[in-house]
Amino acid sequence: MVKKSHVSTTINGEAVEFLCEPRQSLLEVLRDTLRLTGAKEGCNNGNCGACTVILDGVPVNSCLVLGVEVEGSKITTIEGIATESHLHPIQQCFLEGAALQCGVCTPGFIVATKALLDHNPNPTEHDIRFELAGNLCRCTGYDKIIRAVQDAAAVLQENRS
Amino acid sequence: MATKIKPDEKTAGDHQNANGAAPKYKVIGTRPVRHDGVDKVTGRALYGADVHLTGLAHGRILRSPHPHARIKSIDRSAAEALPGVLAVITGKDFPNLKDKIADLGEGSVNLADLSANCLAHDKVLYKGHAVAAVAAVNAHVAEEALKLIKVDYEPLPQVNWVLDAMREDAPLLHDNVFTSEMGKLAKKPSNVPVHLHFETGDVDKAFATADVVIEREFKTATVHQGYIEPHVSIAHWNRDGHITIWTSTQGSFTARQQSAELLQVPVSSITVIPCEIGGGFGGKITVYLEPVAAILSRKCGKPVKMVMNRTECFEGTGPTPGSFIRLKLGAKKDGKLVAGEAWLAYDAGAFPGGMIGPGCMCVFSCYEFPNARVDGYDVLVNKPKSAAYRAPGSTQAAFACESVMDELAERLGIDPIELRQKNAVHEGSRRVDGPTYPRIGFVETLEAAKNSDHWKSKLTGPNRGRGMASGFWFNIGLKSCAAANVNADGTVTLIEGSTDIGGTRTSIAMQLAETLGLGAEDVHPQVADTDSVGYTDVTGGSRVTFATGLAAYHAGLDIREQMQARAAILWDCKPEAVTWDDSVFRNGDRKITFKELAGKLNQTGGPIVGRAAVDPEGPTNGFATHIVDVEIDPETGKATILRYTAIQDAGKAIHPSYVEGQMQGGSVQGIGWALNEEYFYDDQGKMRNASYLDYRMPTALDLPMIETIIVEVPNPAHPYGVRGVGEAPIVPPPAAIAAAIHNAIGVRLRELPMAPHRVWAALRDKAAGK
Repeated sequence: MVKKSHVSTTINGEAVEFLCEPRQSLLEVLRDTLRLTGAKEGCNNGNCGACTVILDGVPVNSCLVLGVEVEGSKITTIEGIATESHLHPIQQCFLEGAALQCGVCTPGFIVATKALLDHNPNPTEHDIRFELAGNLCRCTGYDKIIRAVQDAAAVLQENRS
Repeated sequence: MATKIKPDEKTAGDHQNANGAAPKYKVIGTRPVRHDGVDKVTGRALYGADVHLTGLAHGRILRSPHPHARIKSIDRSAAEALPGVLAVITGKDFPNLKDKIADLGEGSVNLADLSANCLAHDKVLYKGHAVAAVAAVNAHVAEEALKLIKVDYEPLPQVNWVLDAMREDAPLLHDNVFTSEMGKLAKKPSNVPVHLHFETGDVDKAFATADVVIEREFKTATVHQGYIEPHVSIAHWNRDGHITIWTSTQGSFTARQQSAELLQVPVSSITVIPCEIGGGFGGKITVYLEPVAAILSRKCGKPVKMVMNRTECFEGTGPTPGSFIRLKLGAKKDGKLVAGEAWLAYDAGAFPGGMIGPGCMCVFSCYEFPNARVDGYDVLVNKPKSAAYRAPGSTQAAFACESVMDELAERLGIDPIELRQKNAVHEGSRRVDGPTYPRIGFVETLEAAKNSDHWKSKLTGPNRGRGMASGFWFNIGLKSCAAANVNADGTVTLIEGSTDIGGTRTSIAMQLAETLGLGAEDVHPQVADTDSVGYTDVTGGSRVTFATGLAAYHAGLDIREQMQARAAILWDCKPEAVTWDDSVFRNGDRKITFKELAGKLNQTGGPIVGRAAVDPEGPTNGFATHIVDVEIDPETGKATILRYTAIQDAGKAIHPSYVEGQMQGGSVQGIGWALNEEYFYDDQGKMRNASYLDYRMPTALDLPMIETIIVEVPNPAHPYGVRGVGEAPIVPPPAAIAAAIHNAIGVRLRELPMAPHRVWAALRDKAAGK
């Protein structure tokens, strides 16, 4: 067996250390080592977005990042989106807008939406469709997802003003 | 014991037919937040791959690189010797099964074939066919071990297109398959397990009387359901002989039955725990991993987890058939159809039993045909065994029939919706294969389409066109059970067995809430394992909100009746003297609310459990009509969807948002089928695009909003009027888009997908005057 590396990182605001083999993806570390199973594996080659996490402010497919690469990074996963007592407005809008069916792509969409609205608080429909094109959903036809993102953007705008 | 539920006086009280006043509902028709919603937006919901057990081993499968080959030998010794490997198995580790047909709820299967599909026996029949399996301390070691298994193959000639496979000289997949035709079995083996034939009237004579006859040929590619969650199963074969299976399945009871048959153990030796399921669309009914994980577990003494990768999902699980269809329609000048004839060949994949049956029954299902003939062929090819995919068999058939209808409308100079209105089936019409329609809502969808903003709006601009098409799905009933426990705080816990793929916990709970006069949030639905709820058939056939909803309704009536008796005890009167209205029990001036009475159950005789087991008749059929605007880029042939409207009869929309969601999601799967998706095979019969990058499903950027119009023609066989809605919306899109492309650029495409290269070639041929 290959010797494991020691990695120190910050996940959802908490300092985390783990050991991983060089071949293990960040997704595998999150799910199997740290038991943060909210990020899903849909394809394991960067085409479906179900494993999206925010790595140092940028949305990435965690299946395409190696565990050993995140030394010193800050990571936000779906488990870090809500506060202790409240859902994030994005989550609330997905719920109220029925923007999920089977729900397996939902964590990836919500994390990607967070990254989108963090850098573009007032996106057009085209912006949303463009930015979320890396997240596949097979159930909804995207309509209610796009509307939920629009609703979330409006709520966040209102909260800021 | 399951009882046959028919519309009776007890249920009729809650129901008004389409001509009566609309019933007033408190919960039905509202849009509450789904009960499992918070878990799903926070990442807490437990899907199969999220399950972790103590001492868990990880399994992987070795798959055939050849589309057709004999397995001469398998040497697993090197794999077994690899440190960390716990068990290696092949098809020989499965019990030897005789042919036995098992009903899977939406289609049936020969168990010997199913076993050979889980792990190949003597031959591999498609690239990706499972050959051996390994359990190891982790998935990486298991993967390494696969490379150490030596399989000696004798490659055989392959065939993967239906018309080639039907030829006399085609390579045979099975030497024990003989064509069954009109009840007779052929003497020579062939690749055609079944030839179906329906006929009504005098077809040839009728065509001779037609003013217009159009005959065309259509091809459709093999496509995949594309659920985002790959197949996953964890099995633990305990030392007492009991097997527990955690899995992603559309039917925990069918998964239990199939696994029991394949492992040759009693069904009661297996508990199937259905995890959250990340999409199915018909593809998660057949077992692939469950029995393999169980045999590995028995061998290594640990629970074994198996997760497919995306390539395995494409290459090793059932897609929906590719097809060839020849279809002919004859009509009078006024548009009235006089005859139809269809010849359909659907690929079954590697084992008999594809989707040709429903294909044949659906092809002429939307219109009245006084004379019709349908011939259908189930055809074996070297592709994965086909599986159900949302309205299985109907979309291919509708692409052919609706496309010829559009051409007929053009030829006769009749508006395409009007042509359909002239011929549409309604209550009392007879389907070509026999059944007579009950109250259905097809003409209402056509009317709604005609009156829609979309159809009335003007479409302008070059290379833009509009099309429409309709679609049919049977909908099924089947068996469902429900139990409901009244809690002291006045809420009710609902236990049901339908795995929830698209929000059915809520649509079922809402029906129980309505029955008891409670709020949707007062019912707590739980999807139970196979030991904790009565037998329930698969989540498929658009049946769950109809049938499991009906079970919840009857469990609610059972609770109401028991509570009336408790109120009678409180008031010392006869139970019949207690009335119920909007969650309040009354006797004379005395009244008590459901919630108050729930708090007094222990003083009046103890807990109350409502229960129901149903096997209902009358799911009644679903119809959809879609309108689409496209724009073609003449440089590339790419079609862009500009506007899309889906119209459907839902009977009664319990939770309108999730009905719209089914219509939108089904439409978009149909759009993908129409424009992009296909299994792309090379000349060696190997799939070359087994990834999401190359098998391109629609993304958010490819689509506009999907507008929906829900038509409600209540189903008389359901107390709240419910009809299934899940499947019909995938049926119309390919034909509607083909019609829109023709309207835009004047060419008719008759092969799916209508990918840019095909549209471009059609434009080139048109320019060349071909």
